[in-house]
Amino acid sequence: MARAVTNNRKALNTAIAWSIGLIIFFPILWTILTSFKTEAQAISNPPVFLFFDWTLENYSVVQERSNYMRFLWNSVFIAGGSTVLGLIIAVPAAWSMAFVPSRRTKDILLWMLSTKMLPAVGVLYPIYLLFIKLGLLDTRIGLTIVLMLINLPIIVWMLYTYFREIPGEILEAARMDGASLKNEILYVLTPMAVPGIASTLLLNFILAWNEAFWTLNLTAAKAAPLTAFIASYSSPEGLFYAKLSAASTMAIAPILIMGWFSQKQLVRGLTFGAVK
Amino acid sequence: MIYTVSRLMGACAIAALSTAAAAETITIATVNNGDMIRMQGYTDDFTAKTGHDVEWVTLEENVLRQRVTTDISTKGGSFDITTIGMYEAPIWGANGWLVPLDGLSEDYDVDDILPAMRSGLSHDGTLYAAPFYGESSMVMYRTDLMEKAGLEMPDAPTWDFIREAAAAMTDRDNEINGVCLRGKAGWGEGGAFITVTANSFGARWFDEDWNAQFDQPEWANALNFFVELMSESGPPGYATNGFNENLSLFQQGKCGMWIDATVAASFVTNPDDSTVADKVGFALAPDTGLGKRANWLWAWALAIPGGTQKEEAAKQFIEWATSKEYIELVAAKEGWANVPPGARTSLYENPNYQSVPFAKMTLDSINAADPSNPTVKPVPYVGIQFVAIPEFAGIATEVSQEFSAVYAGQQTVEEALAKAQALTNDAMEAAGYR
Repeated sequence: MARAVTNNRKALNTAIAWSIGLIIFFPILWTILTSFKTEAQAISNPPVFLFFDWTLENYSVVQERSNYMRFLWNSVFIAGGSTVLGLIIAVPAAWSMAFVPSRRTKDILLWMLSTKMLPAVGVLYPIYLLFIKLGLLDTRIGLTIVLMLINLPIIVWMLYTYFREIPGEILEAARMDGASLKNEILYVLTPMAVPGIASTLLLNFILAWNEAFWTLNLTAAKAAPLTAFIASYSSPEGLFYAKLSAASTMAIAPILIMGWFSQKQLVRGLTFGAVK
Repeated sequence: MIYTVSRLMGACAIAALSTAAAAETITIATVNNGDMIRMQGYTDDFTAKTGHDVEWVTLEENVLRQRVTTDISTKGGSFDITTIGMYEAPIWGANGWLVPLDGLSEDYDVDDILPAMRSGLSHDGTLYAAPFYGESSMVMYRTDLMEKAGLEMPDAPTWDFIREAAAAMTDRDNEINGVCLRGKAGWGEGGAFITVTANSFGARWFDEDWNAQFDQPEWANALNFFVELMSESGPPGYATNGFNENLSLFQQGKCGMWIDATVAASFVTNPDDSTVADKVGFALAPDTGLGKRANWLWAWALAIPGGTQKEEAAKQFIEWATSKEYIELVAAKEGWANVPPGARTSLYENPNYQSVPFAKMTLDSINAADPSNPTVKPVPYVGIQFVAIPEFAGIATEVSQEFSAVYAGQQTVEEALAKAQALTNDAMEAAGYR
């Protein structure tokens, strides 16, 4: 039986939720506002919030100085490619762990996750040397593979969790009806796990989009994505806060818009199986 | 006739093909600062002269250091030219990571490079990087506040005068701090400033046998003086202030004095950004009468990593970017105040540049710095605000964190110096110096 909630309690909960939401969103809002200020306004103390002469100058300077579209395309290719590639590998892996578990399944899962605990810089030199040997330095393909490998444990774990919520009897029924393994995964399992797969896809796309260690260290001019675009406006000697904010806004805008439109799917996927 | 024409056309075709074959695309890694960004805007001039295209990779300086170190030490060949500082040039040159810059053309006039810059970017007499611009540090002060305080800034002030003037200019009610100095942790931030301050107090990082010297009275004197000065007249929260934070305070009229990089002079006198542009005077960095001033020497320079396949094109670019002609190009387009300073002697002999208000003091500050003889007592190292050994960046970052904790009131001067002494000796022992 659902618990009765008074109107006052509802209002309080709403206010708390909005406050937390605003606190989380404030740094992004501040970045966006700063991008419309002059460099002098960006550093003024006390800071100006809304009432200043809004300018698009920073965007025009950034646009003139950097090839934004090239960085954007690299980000889309690398984030999208690594996510799709990851899903292709992770769906069968998660299926086998969820529906045909062995004695070692839990150990394998934990071992996979443990690779995420290794500091990335610890394997920088080996991977860098490998990239030199394979000619993958500053290539989108190379970065796509690295980001796929880095995010693979999370993709497998998320899918494994979603697949575990699906009754095995349904798959058994499909097998009884003569479905092959491929058909079972493609036409029975996948449609039922769409919310989970979608949220895995979105989350990993965001993770790959925001990844800044490998994307900065394995690229130069050709394959550099938007993280490198932002880094090019940071400086300890010179005030570039407004331009840095404009660059940051341009870098996060696509992912913010994508997140906004897919938030229902994302929330549904993340809470998949939470309520029975 | 037909034969002659066809031969001529053939020759033209070969010439065109050879030009096309010789044209390269070079990749340059650089830092994000005003002069470097300006250079990117003039790349077309280089392309028009040589046919080579340029691709830029601009990164924040610490990210760039890490990125380029990885590439250069593995001979990855990602960059054909990299921007490095005076700290890296001799170390990387000694490691064989950089292509020696010998055989530069006569027109380039390598002897015109300021001697301090040339020596700081060389190892065993071989130049490994060409200075794009150089800097020292100096006092920038508010002429109106100094006048109001009834004081006159000497060309070469002492630390005692700075302390007296700072106290006189401080007006807490109007948020005016007598002096703004770096306190932020980091070897290139607050670490650099306290090192040059200590130099002027007679302190040194190491004795001749590479023993740390933080247990000596000179370090205690320097650090105590700094903390007292900043407590009396510095801005609140100075423990987290670096170059940018102090620049921001000064430009908003909240500092009476600021001792920092000479390159800041063009920022604080730029009326577009600074509210005090017409009220700024300059003086040499202070001393205590021991013969060493609290000023550093730094250059951002262009070097060719050993892994490049495009050495010739890279050399051509370096010759273009650090030439007298490039300076004239910028002067013609943007005025003499905007040319890259501190690299060439001829710039300071140019009457047009001599009229720039901070030109003379910049040159005097650079000339007052001697990286080979940086301290009052003898030392086994080269470098003024740094010690030119590979281990220094790591050690100095930790030491500066201890000092910043003092500025933040989290520990005493004595505690910080004791920790600095221990951690430095440990690191030097582990590295095999002791």
